[in-house]
Order: sequence, then structure tokens, then C-alpha cells
Amino acid sequence: MSSVAPAVEPTTPERTSGLAAMFEHVRYVLGENRVTAFAFCLLVIILFAAIFGPYIVPYDPLASDTAAALKPPSAAHWFGTDQLGRDIFSRVIVATRLDTFIAVASVALVFLMGGLAGIAAGYFGGWTDRIVGRIADTIMAFPLFVLAMGIVAALGNTVQNIIIATAIVNFPLYARVARAEANVRRNAGFVQAARLSGNGEARILLVHILPNIMPIMIVQMSLTMGYAILNAAGLSFIGLGVRPPTAEWGIMVAEGATFMVSGEWWIALFPGLALMIAVFCFNLLGDGLRDIVDPQRRT
Amino acid sequence: MTAQPLLDVNDLTVEFTTRRGIVKAVQHVNISVAKGETLGIVGESGSGKSVTSYAVMRILDRAGRIAEGSVMFSGIDVKAASESEMRDLRGREISMIFQNPRAALNPIRKVGDQIEDVLRQHVQSAASDRGEKAIEALEQVKIARPRERYHAYPFELSGGMCQRVVIALALACNPQLLIADEPTTGLDVTTQKAVMDLIVELTKRRHMSTILITHDLGLAAAYCNRVVVMEKGRVVETAKSADIFARPEHPYTRKLMRATPRIGVSLRDLLPEEEAAVSPRAPTVMAGLDPAIHQSSEGMDPRVKPGGDDLAKSLLTVEKLVKEYPRQGASAVLSKLFSRKPPVETEVFRAVDGISFHVGRGESVGLVGESGCGKSTTSMMVMRLLDQTSGRIVFDGEEIGAIMPQAFARLPQRKSIQMVFQDPTDSLNPRFTAARAIADPIIQLGDIRGRDALRARCEKLADMVGLPINLLDRFPHQLSGGQKARVGIARAIALHPKLVILDEPTAALDVSVQAVVLNLLQDLKASMGMSYLFVSHDLNVVRLLCDRVIVMRAGRIVEQGSSERVLGDPQDAYTKELLTAIPHPPLPV
Repeated sequence: MSSVAPAVEPTTPERTSGLAAMFEHVRYVLGENRVTAFAFCLLVIILFAAIFGPYIVPYDPLASDTAAALKPPSAAHWFGTDQLGRDIFSRVIVATRLDTFIAVASVALVFLMGGLAGIAAGYFGGWTDRIVGRIADTIMAFPLFVLAMGIVAALGNTVQNIIIATAIVNFPLYARVARAEANVRRNAGFVQAARLSGNGEARILLVHILPNIMPIMIVQMSLTMGYAILNAAGLSFIGLGVRPPTAEWGIMVAEGATFMVSGEWWIALFPGLALMIAVFCFNLLGDGLRDIVDPQRRT
Repeated sequence: MTAQPLLDVNDLTVEFTTRRGIVKAVQHVNISVAKGETLGIVGESGSGKSVTSYAVMRILDRAGRIAEGSVMFSGIDVKAASESEMRDLRGREISMIFQNPRAALNPIRKVGDQIEDVLRQHVQSAASDRGEKAIEALEQVKIARPRERYHAYPFELSGGMCQRVVIALALACNPQLLIADEPTTGLDVTTQKAVMDLIVELTKRRHMSTILITHDLGLAAAYCNRVVVMEKGRVVETAKSADIFARPEHPYTRKLMRATPRIGVSLRDLLPEEEAAVSPRAPTVMAGLDPAIHQSSEGMDPRVKPGGDDLAKSLLTVEKLVKEYPRQGASAVLSKLFSRKPPVETEVFRAVDGISFHVGRGESVGLVGESGCGKSTTSMMVMRLLDQTSGRIVFDGEEIGAIMPQAFARLPQRKSIQMVFQDPTDSLNPRFTAARAIADPIIQLGDIRGRDALRARCEKLADMVGLPINLLDRFPHQLSGGQKARVGIARAIALHPKLVILDEPTAALDVSVQAVVLNLLQDLKASMGMSYLFVSHDLNVVRLLCDRVIVMRAGRIVEQGSSERVLGDPQDAYTKELLTAIPHPPLPV
């Protein structure tokens, strides 16, 4: 029913600088959408913890103090201590950096691999499409977490391999979204016009089509970011990936799980909460980000 | 008019809540429709004509609301009626025909089932004879073999057939009022005539009232008793359709009438009086060209003589051009899947069937035909965006038909053949500003380097096409339709092409904007010495802009010759049919 919308005369253009206009736009979107604003606040907290975490925490996350082992939350240890007497609050904060890094790196990697393969498949069709499609199908044929486990087990137990495994597991999602979006635009008027302007195929793909599918890709990235964090934590939980004594949410939950039975609930709860908040934040952020990058909203 | 009109819209104001505050889409509108009357609401986009009809049906979207005034439909206050009362009213008492028939039909349901749904909703018939009623409804809209079509899906029917089904849907419950919102936009002229004749005949027979919403003054005048002209949410004039053409009172009505292409006027006559008085733009356009381009155009100019009909000197010659598409049925796909042998029967569909024509230097040639006649396919092949099956395309003395479309992008000839696309919105990259869109061909193929030089060139081009410089930094969605069309034209002429293919460049524009754009194209052609291949279905527009006309049907050329000869004294039966299908408004003397 878009035809019903009244034709709004574009207002006189105030030539503000690009940055100021962008800021104004972000402010508007956040003002319109309280949930997005909340997610943004969470994101700021997470990023702050990731960047400055090691410098602000009260205790060394690796220093053990057997005298203070298994203490419940108190004024000295906000989140309590674990079986080695390490401060859980410090460990949760410090772990933010590693977990976010794994998520960001794997999402960036899968965006490059899956996104580019997908738009190429959607744009060129034919054999490119068939090959990319079958690769995606093959990956989807496995239970994803089991596949990730297999990849890490085969490649070796390092952070780098967790990133690669998470990226591969998410490949089909990106490839399919990008393929569908590129496919509908492949014969759009502006693409034809770009051909007339002498743009080569690669240039059309990267300069003309890619920016147009960025909004949907960014939503996808934000959503998979949460999944990537869970995946990394999950791998660590079952003993693949990051190794103790490194502070990482998944390992901490795994370590705390054994103490749950004996009543020491805080060891697993707080890293678990941190994990939940991070995933929650990235999922909420997806919709807000789409509004910001979509030029239709930038009026 | 009877004392008690069927529909009485009194002082209606409709507001929309938008990001920039409240927008009044319709302001203080008074409209009444008597029983059995056909009322035309005419206006350009954004005039509020559709919003008015949505308010009558109370199907405004969430942001819109009736702020003031009343809508009375045969004694019922539509504004105060409950939602369930309205549901009852819609479809049974008031029904609507939408602009795009394909979008109005559910694509995955049979058309017969969709008609039955309406009957069931309003309890118009017992379950037993519902099927018969649906078939009867199809029969009444003159669909051939209604029993078979009952089981057809919308995608199996042509656009005109779909519109007939939509009419059948709208009339299934014998409503008292039919609202037709641009019912024939997007249909061919001959189909338009058939559909309009059908609507008028059916509503007359049932003594129904009709509101015809259209942007085409000629169509409204030809089919309506009275015409309401709307501008910017207000009614500016209401009159009998015979009177409105004879004695238009409001300046806006006069402007609309002037802008409507018709027989016996020149392009300049389409412009509003005050603008037409100003001397043609051509001299200023020349002044706007930078010296380098100016020289290059002069270097080429000596050979340019408009109307140089000599074949040897013609810019573009097309010989026996053929484009075939494989016609693959389900069986062909299956045999391809299950056997390694190529399918035995290679049935093909000839979209373009051996056509030959030429375009002279500085000449504009119209390529006319209805949808599916192959005119767009032809232009795509000349453009080298599509490979032909066989035939020769000679451009500027060189055979370009053999060059693969992918390879053509980098050749020098690419600069010489450019195109203006049909849909100005679709043809602009939503993420590029106007300046970036215009600069794109220059960056790729031109010789201007450096940010400032590029910007200067863009500003010059914008000036040439009459686009305000301050709009250059806007994104397409911030521009109006006419402004987007100008950006598209500026991009096409940025490289100083020799041949520009215009693919229905004004089809998506309002008549007054169309008039301005057509004049602009004419001026640019005169000043830059370009040739135009003008692809269109609108014969009135072609008559104004083109020296010669080629009429195509089913992939073949049925007639070609000078515009005056072909459109004034058509020889072929099909050309005659096309010409008579144009709605002829009663012209002012």
C-alpha cells in the first residue's frame, strides 16, 4: 500500500557534513526504537569491557589464592571465587575480549567467504551458482556443531581454528542470503545502466550490487555474531578450542558445572549470564543496524 | 443529480503521520456520486486521488486517518461505522479494482476459487451453485472458455485477462459503487480500450455508479459523465466532462490539458503558456558545454544532417536481426535431467523475427508496438546488452553485432551508444547520489580525471538537463520522478553518445513532467547532434518526437515510414487498430 503514502516534498537540503548527518541519523533511529537503544548500550558496555577489561579488573584473572577458594559473592569478590580462588568477576570481564574477538573475526571471515561466493553465485548463475550451492548444501548436511567440533579436532586446538570452524559452519547462511539478494538485482535497471557505463562484471558486483545488499548482510552478521559467541563457548565447554587456565566464558561454565551439584552456583552462573547478555545484545542489534545502513531511512 | 447522492464526501481531510510531522494528503474535498453516474477523478501523482478513494473504503494504512469531514454512503456514515460493518460494505456494496491486476490476485490460487471466496464472504449464494455463479461472473467479463479459465492460475493469464478477472471479482456481488484505481495503467492501448469498454458496459447494465481514478485526462473525459480535477490534495475543478475540455476554468486544469500529447500540436505546445513563451533552451545548452566537448561535437558535426536518409550514411543499420529463445516445457527439462542426449525437439520462440531498419544521423526513430512485440529485445541487442541469434548490426560503419555483450563494455563504441531507461527509480543505484550516478560512465569510460573536474562536469550536465545543482548530493529516493528522469538522461548524455536509445523514458512520469522531459530531449538532440531510437507504446508521444516510425508486432515490422505518413494515413490494419484504441478526448476548438 506504498502508493497511498503522500508524496512528501524533500525538504531543502541542509548541507551538513557527512559525519554529523550520520550521527544525527543514528540518534534518530535510536530515539525511535528503544529496544535498539538498549542493545546499543549493552554493546558499548561489552566493547568497553573487551578493550579496557584487563586494565580495570580488581584481581589478576589467572592468580590463584587457595585460601579464598570457592567463596560465594561478597564485597571483595562480587561474583565469588572458583575452586582455585580466582576472582570470577575479573575473569568474566577479561574473557570478554577473547570471546568477542573470536566472534568478530569469524563473522568477518564468513562475510568475506560466504558473502562474496553468494553474490557471485547469484549474479553469474550457471556453474558458479551450482558449485557454491553444492558447497553450502554439503555443509548443511552435517549437524553444525558436530561439524565445528570435527574441524577443530582435525585442525588443532587453537583460537585460529575455532574462528575458521565457526566461519565454515555459518557459510551457507551467508551464501544463501547473498545469492538471493544478488539474484533479484542482477537485471535491475541500475545494473544494466552500470554495464552501459562500461563497468566490468567484477566492478558491477563489488561497487554496484554489494553496497545494495549490505543492509541485509549486516543484519545477518549481527545475528550470527551471537551464534558465533555461543559456538566458541560451546567448543571450549566440551574441551575443544581455548584451553584452561585462559579466561573464557565457555571454559568457565564448564568448570563451574561440576560445582553446581555441591551448591557453588556462582561459578557457572556469571559467565553464563555474560554469554547470554552478549548473544542477546547482538540479536537485538540486528534490526537497529538495518535501519541505520538502509538509505531509504536516511531522509 | 438526484437529491440523495449514493456517495457523499463532505469536507474530507486525511492526515498521515510521518517522520516530519503530520502531512495532509487530502484537504477539504467535496465529492458526490449519484446513482448510475460515472465520475472521473483526475490528478497527477501525489494529488491525493487514491487516498480519497481509500478513505471512502476506509482502507487507509496505519499512519493515515480521516481528520475532518464525513463520508456518507447510501445513508451509512463510513467514518463512524464499525470494522465489521465496513467489512460487509466492502466487496458487497463498494468494490475496487486496483492498478496492478497481477498483484491484486493471489498467485497460488485458481481464479475461480478466488471469485468463490468473495461470494462466500458475503453469503451471496448457496454452496451448491457457487461454482456456477463464478463461471457466470467470468462469462460476463467476456473471458473466452470460462469453464476452463475457472481452473487457471493468475500467471497463466495475460495482463488484460487478469484485469478482467479482477473486474469479475469486483462485480461478483453486484455492488452499488465501483472504484477503479488506474485500472488500465500498464496495459496496452488496445487492451485498455477493451477493458474500459467492458467496465462501462457492465456498470451501465447494472445501473451502478463508478469512480474512475486516472492520471489520463483523455481517458476520464472519454468515459466519465463528470470529472473532478485534484491538485495537491484539493479539488480544483468539478465539471461535466464535455465542458471541462471546452471551457477549463482552473489554471491547473488548463496546464494538464496543454500537457496531454494529442494530434495537431507541437512539443512546445505541451509546456505551460509562460514557459513556452521563453525561447528554446538550445542556445544556453550549447553555452553549458565545455570547450573540449564542444569541439569534439563540431568535429563530428559536418556529417550530421538531420534526416540524412541515405543508407550509406546512416548511423545504425540493422539487417535481418533475429533473437530466439528456447521454449522449454517440463518434458524438455526432464529429458535433460535423465538422459545425457540433447533434447530431440528444439522448439524455439522467436522474440525478434528478422527485422531490418536503419537510423540516420541526427534522426529520431520511433519503435512502436504493444508489450511482447519484441521492441525491448531489439533495443537490448542494439545496445549490446543481449546477444542476437543471427543478423547484422552495423553502427557507424562498423559491425558490432558479432561482439559479445561482455566484451563490448570496454570498447570505444560503448561511449557512442547509451540508453535512457524506462523506470527512472529502478535504473538508479539506490546507494549512489545523483552526482555519483551521472559520473559513473565518465569514471569508467571518460577522460576526465580528478575530483573537482568530475564535479564540474556533473554540474554542467545537471545544468544541461535542468537539474538544480543542489540536488546532486541527494540519493534517488529523495528525488521526484521527474528529477530522477533528468539524472538518467544526464548519465546517458555524459559521454556525448551518437545514438541514445530511449526506452519509454516518460512512461512512469506525470503528463506535465512528461511534457517538460520530452522538450528537454528534443533540445538536447538539436544541440548535441544525437540520434534517438525511441521505444514506446504511446503513439501520441512518438508523433511529437520522432521523424520516422517503425511499428512492430510479434517480432516483425508491420509498417515503417515517416511519422506523418504512418500515423496520419496508416496502411496496415494493426497500425489502424492501435490508432483507434487511443482514447480521443473531445478537443477544444
